Amino acid sequence: MSKIKKITKMQLFLPIFSMLLVMFVNVIYDIASGNAPFSFFAISTQLTSSGNTILYGRLIDILNRGSEVAILAIGMTLVVSASAGTDISVGSVMSLSGGMCCMLLAGYGVTNVSEYASPLWVGIGAGILVAVVCGLFNGFLVAYLNIQPMVATLILWSAGRAIGLLLCNSAIVYVRVPSFQFFGSYIGFLPTPILIAAICVLIMSLILKFTALGTFVQSVGINKKAARISGFNSAKIILMCYAICGLCAGIAGITATSRIYSADTNNIGLNMEMDAILAVALGGNSLGGGKFNLAGSIIGAYTIQAITTTLYALGVSSAQAPVFKAIVVILIVVIQSEPVKEFFKKLSANKTAAKEA
Amino acid sequence: MKRLKINGNSLLLVITIALFVVMYAAGCIVYADKGFTHLQTFLNVLINNAGLLCVACGTTCVMLTGGIDISVGSVVAMDCMLLAVGMEKWGMKSPVLMVLVLLIGIVFGAVQGFCIAYLDIQPFIVSMAGLFFARGMTAVICTDQVSIVTDQLFVKLSNTKINIPFGIGAYTNRKGVLQIPYVRVSVLVALLIVILVFLMLKYTKFGRSIYAVGGNSQSATLMGLDVRKTKLKTYVLGSFLASIGGICYCLNTMSGTTTQATGLEMDAISSAVIGGTLLTGGVGNVVGTLFGVMINGTISTLVKSNGKLVSSWANIVTAILLCFFIVLQAVLANIKERKKA
Repeated sequence: MSKIKKITKMQLFLPIFSMLLVMFVNVIYDIASGNAPFSFFAISTQLTSSGNTILYGRLIDILNRGSEVAILAIGMTLVVSASAGTDISVGSVMSLSGGMCCMLLAGYGVTNVSEYASPLWVGIGAGILVAVVCGLFNGFLVAYLNIQPMVATLILWSAGRAIGLLLCNSAIVYVRVPSFQFFGSYIGFLPTPILIAAICVLIMSLILKFTALGTFVQSVGINKKAARISGFNSAKIILMCYAICGLCAGIAGITATSRIYSADTNNIGLNMEMDAILAVALGGNSLGGGKFNLAGSIIGAYTIQAITTTLYALGVSSAQAPVFKAIVVILIVVIQSEPVKEFFKKLSANKTAAKEA
Repeated sequence: MKRLKINGNSLLLVITIALFVVMYAAGCIVYADKGFTHLQTFLNVLINNAGLLCVACGTTCVMLTGGIDISVGSVVAMDCMLLAVGMEKWGMKSPVLMVLVLLIGIVFGAVQGFCIAYLDIQPFIVSMAGLFFARGMTAVICTDQVSIVTDQLFVKLSNTKINIPFGIGAYTNRKGVLQIPYVRVSVLVALLIVILVFLMLKYTKFGRSIYAVGGNSQSATLMGLDVRKTKLKTYVLGSFLASIGGICYCLNTMSGTTTQATGLEMDAISSAVIGGTLLTGGVGNVVGTLFGVMINGTISTLVKSNGKLVSSWANIVTAILLCFFIVLQAVLANIKERKKA
């Protein structure tokens, strides 16, 4: 009994449990529809029309499609932890950075090119740079002017996508160059987005392991004033978290743009901020700031993608899927909420009392 | 005699009203040839934003308690879809459907309010789930666009012009026909709601407890107010007003689509913020929200009148204004704190 309690109290319990639940639903569905029971986990190789061998399977698909949310979740975790608020501008910033990148690669006002107007690194560099600048802007408002994070990021939420549209002259800019498509397609047999997400996660976890950044961020999140009195520059740390969040949004934006080799400014990163925030919450992190667990957020991000993929597999249309997502979210947060936890505690205490009597 | 005191908060309202007047006057001067000076252009801003105005009143109340409700845009979309499908496909009468829509709004708000007030879950997360749910429900009800044409009463409500009496603002157009300015039914509903919410916030016990809860929920509890109940009621009110907004919105568009009113919640929030409502709660007024909505509407009318500018400029200008007001609020708050210390 006490062992079970220990396991359920672990922070990673919730994200791993929900992941397993999703997998379980998939297995049941496969059995019910007459497929092999573990076809969900099957990974095979396939020959593409261009003659490459690539990995194929639902798990690979989930890992591939979930890359952007996973990258965003890294930045979002830091922002939530340090400032007890969410950055709702990441989706718009993704779109802006994609638009900036394609505008430079294709030239302003050109909608379809098959060779670069400026070198690839200039486009990608500028795309990521503009995202970092957006992050710094958000961070400045939150850290130095003490504005609520959601309000501060509301500005770029509405302006980011609009500026991206202006950069692309309100059209979809296609960049049909193989080297640009690289970031959204395959490297050898592995989808590149998986690799990009893995590198981002690796770098962040190395930073957290070998520097005191994690401790700094958490102490600022737990008590800003106390952190300042004990010698941290709270404002600088919050600013840095937002800059990292912007950087992540930039990388995710470039990846999403490269996937469809075009800057579809109206749709790139649409509602992505919701998924990223959800990933953080699902990872067992409190949205009230303070302690955080990066691994939880990453697992949370892939769990959300797994839920989406499963829903599509069950025949739910992409427009209807949000209903089920909403129900899952509400169930998770209700289980996590303090009053419900206390209620269950009381219930089990009553049971043991009854047994003893 | 009581002297009118201008403190930081009413200063914000004064700035908002002044900005609106300046903006509109500038439009009148620059676009005089495009009919900007006619009363009808002003009334059109009201007509186009009647739904938003209702929604923004609800959002203002929710923000006054220090919470947030980002589900309202999707609720509007769900209402429109339900009205359209109900009339066109299920053959239901419009009055029945309207009552149904309002009831759904109340239940929706009650569920959200319960999660927020009694289960202590963050308002942002709960209303985000609400946003997903309502947006998905539009697709569950119907996946393609439905236009309302058959229900006589609804069509009549939508087409009714209410002329401005006493010939105020009437003019003869180039063909020599006398044009009398008019408003739609939805505008009257929206203005009525603004007045009712204003009175409620100012003179009822519930209204004043909203301010108390938003200002400092601890001292509100110590004063003997039921904080949780007040919050629950406010979220119900917010969703209810969003449903009324949905009906007004539907009277304008006369159709239901799955992508309708996306981002309306942010328009409502930005209107309230421009109107001087603090997101930390406790400070704000629906009069400010009314002017916030009008500023939003005027910006898009100005961009449309120019004709050459892309519509995304409207978003950018609104964002710049939002930035200006948010920074101004922050600076005023910082000054206040320094005075205290």
